[in-house]
Amino acid sequence: MSSAAESYVRQDMAPSPLFELRLYVAGQTAKSVTAFANLQRICETHLSGRYCLEVIDLTKTPQLAAGDQILALPTLVRRLPEPIKKIIGDLSNEEKVLVGLDVKPVGLGTS
Amino acid sequence: MNKGARRAIRGSWPRRTTLIDSLPVLSKAPTGIEGLDEITGGGLPAGRPTLVAGSAGSGKTMLAVEFLVRGATQFDEPGVFMMFEESAAELTNNVRSLGFDLAELAAQKKIALDHVHIERSEIEETGEYDLEGLFIRLGHAIDTIGAKRVVLDTVEALFAGLPNQAILRSELRRLFRWLKDRGMTAIVTGEKGEGNAITRYGLEEYVADCVIVLDQRVQEQISTRRLRVLKYRGTAHGTNEYPFLIGAHGFSVLPVTSVLLDHEVSMERVPTGVTRLDEMLGGQGVFRGSSVLVSGSAGTGKSSLAAKLIETACQRGERALLFAYEESTAQIVRNMRSVGIDLQPWVANGLLKLHSSRPTLQGHEQHLVVMHDLVRAFRPSVVAVDPISNLFMAHDDADVKPTLMRLIDFLKKEQITAVFTSLTSGGEASSAPEDSQAGVSSLMDTWLLLRNVEFNGERNRTIFVRKSRGMAHSNQVREFVLSDKGIDLVDVYLGGDHVLTGSARIAREARERVATTLHEQDHQRKLRQLASKRKAIEAQIAALQAEVEAETEEVHFAISQESSVENTAWHDMGVMARQRGGVPRSNGHTKERP
Repeated sequence: MSSAAESYVRQDMAPSPLFELRLYVAGQTAKSVTAFANLQRICETHLSGRYCLEVIDLTKTPQLAAGDQILALPTLVRRLPEPIKKIIGDLSNEEKVLVGLDVKPVGLGTS
Repeated sequence: MNKGARRAIRGSWPRRTTLIDSLPVLSKAPTGIEGLDEITGGGLPAGRPTLVAGSAGSGKTMLAVEFLVRGATQFDEPGVFMMFEESAAELTNNVRSLGFDLAELAAQKKIALDHVHIERSEIEETGEYDLEGLFIRLGHAIDTIGAKRVVLDTVEALFAGLPNQAILRSELRRLFRWLKDRGMTAIVTGEKGEGNAITRYGLEEYVADCVIVLDQRVQEQISTRRLRVLKYRGTAHGTNEYPFLIGAHGFSVLPVTSVLLDHEVSMERVPTGVTRLDEMLGGQGVFRGSSVLVSGSAGTGKSSLAAKLIETACQRGERALLFAYEESTAQIVRNMRSVGIDLQPWVANGLLKLHSSRPTLQGHEQHLVVMHDLVRAFRPSVVAVDPISNLFMAHDDADVKPTLMRLIDFLKKEQITAVFTSLTSGGEASSAPEDSQAGVSSLMDTWLLLRNVEFNGERNRTIFVRKSRGMAHSNQVREFVLSDKGIDLVDVYLGGDHVLTGSARIAREARERVATTLHEQDHQRKLRQLASKRKAIEAQIAALQAEVEAETEEVHFAISQESSVENTAWHDMGVMARQRGGVPRSNGHTKERP
């Protein structure tokens, strides 16, 4: 399946907004690594070309935690489009992540 | 300040004299909260978390805020306040009424405020996670200001925000462990649970060192706050429930046992304004700074007596403060004028302050705060509370006594003479109504008891000194007379087996006078009778004596007559014998005659 082509078509039909995502992690823990891997895969699959992702390591910049009300780690924050959404956990459940980000999955019904 | 100085402050604490003499096995962090340090024997366990549990509005947050503020300002221990319910701005506004400026302290980097907020609706959960973010935030705040104290208020909000309770519980356990490892003296607040549970989500499971329970109970429609140290591992602590208040100067616990009774005493005497009452009190009145209880049933003149004391103080040029809980200010001024006490000029020139309020307006700890504030601001030398019985309407003495004790202590410390009036419950003089005062009377130095005496179709007032510490005082009952000329005490009539007062006394005194006159007349009559009788008897004696004398003379005359006859006879016999030449004999014996 040519997922890239389809996403391009969709983008053409209705110009989707840009997704501004932030992933908060604490160092190179197993959960952080898993979460980052999961997120990259999901974004590439469903939001290819329409997202920007920033990874924030709170062990290096702890002062950033309060701004987005980060408590649990890892936390994925959808800063744009509004409203702000948060997904906590290692993002292992793709379906939940998509629901959380309010993204229509690409290639529905195909495997 | 450097760490050495901080340690020195903490290290010196256990040596401070506290009521609970515990060995300094456990290092304690003073809270700086009035009374609480005394109950806990020096403060909260240093470097450990303490759970403060209580229902909504019981003052958990206030306690926690004051703990931080005092720590930052008095003990040089900066603190982090992590709040889960209110925002930093809300909290800052809320505690401004207590005189705490969190914004200023935050600017000085003495306090760090962090509002942790989770909106359940915007959170999706997928897969494994932990609360490392909370740790990082807390750790960052602690490092930024070099905090020694931490408050989590209230961490239970997380239970509503995070769906996975298993993770949350294990993370909380880790959090408290972490706080201990970092040596933070922490307060964790928790909402009171159902039934016997201390907290709703069982936080006591994680915080095992010290648990303080706050409580707000409504009794007789008036609420009272109470504090109890439920548990304090490794140290002795006061186990009672202590009433506390949140006033303009912060949190204040009323430790019943903290009365060290070490205030200064004065030998100076303060006249009561009623001369004869002063006479009853060793001739000079009460001691300055002592407490006087004036108790009696309705209408016995308690308020008037208190007003008299107030007026007398003003006449001496001293400030006086009257707390009235029954009458309005204008009403007091008007009513007191009827018994010859004019308070108006003193109010006008600022020597006298009248404070009227309804006792039911607030709980008595709140009243106490108001009193504290007014006394502190006005600095009077005499304070009257009229009446305390109304102010402390609660039925149990156990509840009233600590509050009153605290008030009396405070006034004593300030060397303020205090007058408390108290309405005795129960009937007239028949039963002993004063016994209802037994609870508070032990706090008083002087106790004046006013009584109504009903007799002979009228009611009269009597007064006596039930006790007066440290001075000779009269044991006499006096009649207490209120008139438009003022207050006066009159000796009562003690006749037979009862005390007479009022017109009965006057009538009895008149009768007495009449009887005395009659008696005197009677005596004189008797004396006169006696005198005349004596005269009669004396005359009789004279007559008898004359008779005796007459008889004596007669006898003498007869005897002398008889002897002259005998002599003549004897002479004749001698003549005859000589003529016969023999010896004269007579009656069988011979007689030689010279």
